[in-house]
Amino acid sequence: MQQQPSTPPPTEPTLPAAAPLSEPVTLPTTRPTGCPFDPPAELAQLREEQPLRRMQYPDGHLGWLATGHSVVRSILADSRFSSRYELMHLPLPGGPGELPPAPPGDMSGLDAPEHTRYRRLLMGKFTVRRMRELTARVEEITAEHLDAMERRGGPVDLVTAFAQPVPALMICELLGVPAADRDIFQRHTAAVTDQSTTLEDQMAAYTAIQEIIHGLVLAKRARPTDDLLSDLAQDGGLTDEELAGVGAFLLGAGLDTTANMLALGTFALLSNPDQLAALRSDSGLADQTVEELMRYLTIADTGIRAALEDVELEGQLIKAGETVTVSIQAANRDPKRFPEPDALDVHRKATGHLSFGHGAHQCLGQQLARVEMRVAFPALLTRFPTLRLAVAPEDVPLRTRSNIYGVHRLPVTWDQESGR
Amino acid sequence: MKLSVDRERCCGAGMCALTAPEVFDQDDEDGRVLLRDPQPPHRHHAAAREAAAICPAAAITVIEARET
Ligand code: HEM
Ligand code: SF4
Repeated sequence: MQQQPSTPPPTEPTLPAAAPLSEPVTLPTTRPTGCPFDPPAELAQLREEQPLRRMQYPDGHLGWLATGHSVVRSILADSRFSSRYELMHLPLPGGPGELPPAPPGDMSGLDAPEHTRYRRLLMGKFTVRRMRELTARVEEITAEHLDAMERRGGPVDLVTAFAQPVPALMICELLGVPAADRDIFQRHTAAVTDQSTTLEDQMAAYTAIQEIIHGLVLAKRARPTDDLLSDLAQDGGLTDEELAGVGAFLLGAGLDTTANMLALGTFALLSNPDQLAALRSDSGLADQTVEELMRYLTIADTGIRAALEDVELEGQLIKAGETVTVSIQAANRDPKRFPEPDALDVHRKATGHLSFGHGAHQCLGQQLARVEMRVAFPALLTRFPTLRLAVAPEDVPLRTRSNIYGVHRLPVTWDQESGR
Repeated sequence: MKLSVDRERCCGAGMCALTAPEVFDQDDEDGRVLLRDPQPPHRHHAAAREAAAICPAAAITVIEARET
């Protein structure tokens, strides 16, 4: 066994339920009451004591929990840690005993070379330049939804009026999915990421999405249009099943991610009036505000990997076959990497956050997400200078049981006269 | 400063083109990194270093010269 400090440093307040360092911990999941933007408090203590620590998994597996920025980053960058679902033990109870392997097209659950094949096909479609070319279209869609909000008058639910439809329309247009199918997809996608639905329901929802896309793929093969699915159908070398899988995965990734950033990010800005004022008074802060919101909110809060071989890290030995849970939200609040990590600070340089992941699987859609956020946040704040919550902050329903954190609804309002 | 990139490792995440657009670009076809300037002028050094540091695939190598 390693030599370990037997007590936490004296400056760190000890939480009541702290386990001795030699004992495995379980994954903390409860966010502090009244602080909807903060990770579970126990994570900070674990990170301080031992950024890589033994963890007891609900199925009895003895694996690891990584909480420090540097160790989380190393693990995500290291190809000795696999992304294959079937090798993983799940960090939270209530899931299936064993995960099935990634379905065709789900690149997130594959390692090289299978992963590389999909990634290389798609990389060129999501470059910084290509995504920036979409800016004008994002602006248009954003303005249309703000117009509709303004016409209707407050209070409105920002999630359904703005945060969901803007990214949804963008990914549908990019892929070539008819906008009419959007609602069906949105519902199914919510079921896929909701931890309170059974694996069966999740798989059923995923299958439903895939079936609709499969139909689309056949149509695009026959009559290509100017969109990503048609491009891939022409020269991707993918089977119909693989192509439908890629389409379903991209659609899901585009529907339920940026939407949560927009709603939760607005909630966070409204809850930090000084930061909101700073952003309003200096539009030059928009880019770094987006990065800081990504860091601060870390909506994809946890990742999982499985060791393919023995790996020595931080003076400890991770054995082949052991699962490592990487707490991205803990890493992004590591004071060793980001001073005063628990403050939302729009003047901070937050680059280096791990909110889009790191390594070979780092988010493929990140440049699209950036363009969407970069357009949507300032446009919303400019359109409604008096934007505010229409309910008490504690009454905003939080997505505590989802793989992607966010809010279910965000009722907002504004002074109608000064609306524009 | 001298830069080199490993296009085999590159996973096309675009962090380099975002961080130091004067130095790095992405191929329009395959999305992989293109080095616009292997010996960038001094004013781009900080951005180039940062890009190398945050590249998710560790595909960028920086060789620091003694002078400039
Ligand atoms: C703010 C919004 C977003 C967040 C927070 C986010 C987060 C992430 C994270 C953390 C990963 C890495 C998963 C892993 O390591 O296993 C990832 C992967 C991925 N994301 Fe995103 N994402 C966002 C938006 C998008 C969008 C808009 C798309 C649309 C195309 C997208 C497509 C993907 C894909 C395809 C992958 C898999 C990449 C691979 O495995 O190589 N994401 N995302
Ligand atoms: S940051 Fe790295 S992985 Fe991403 S495009 Fe540039 S070189 Fe490639």
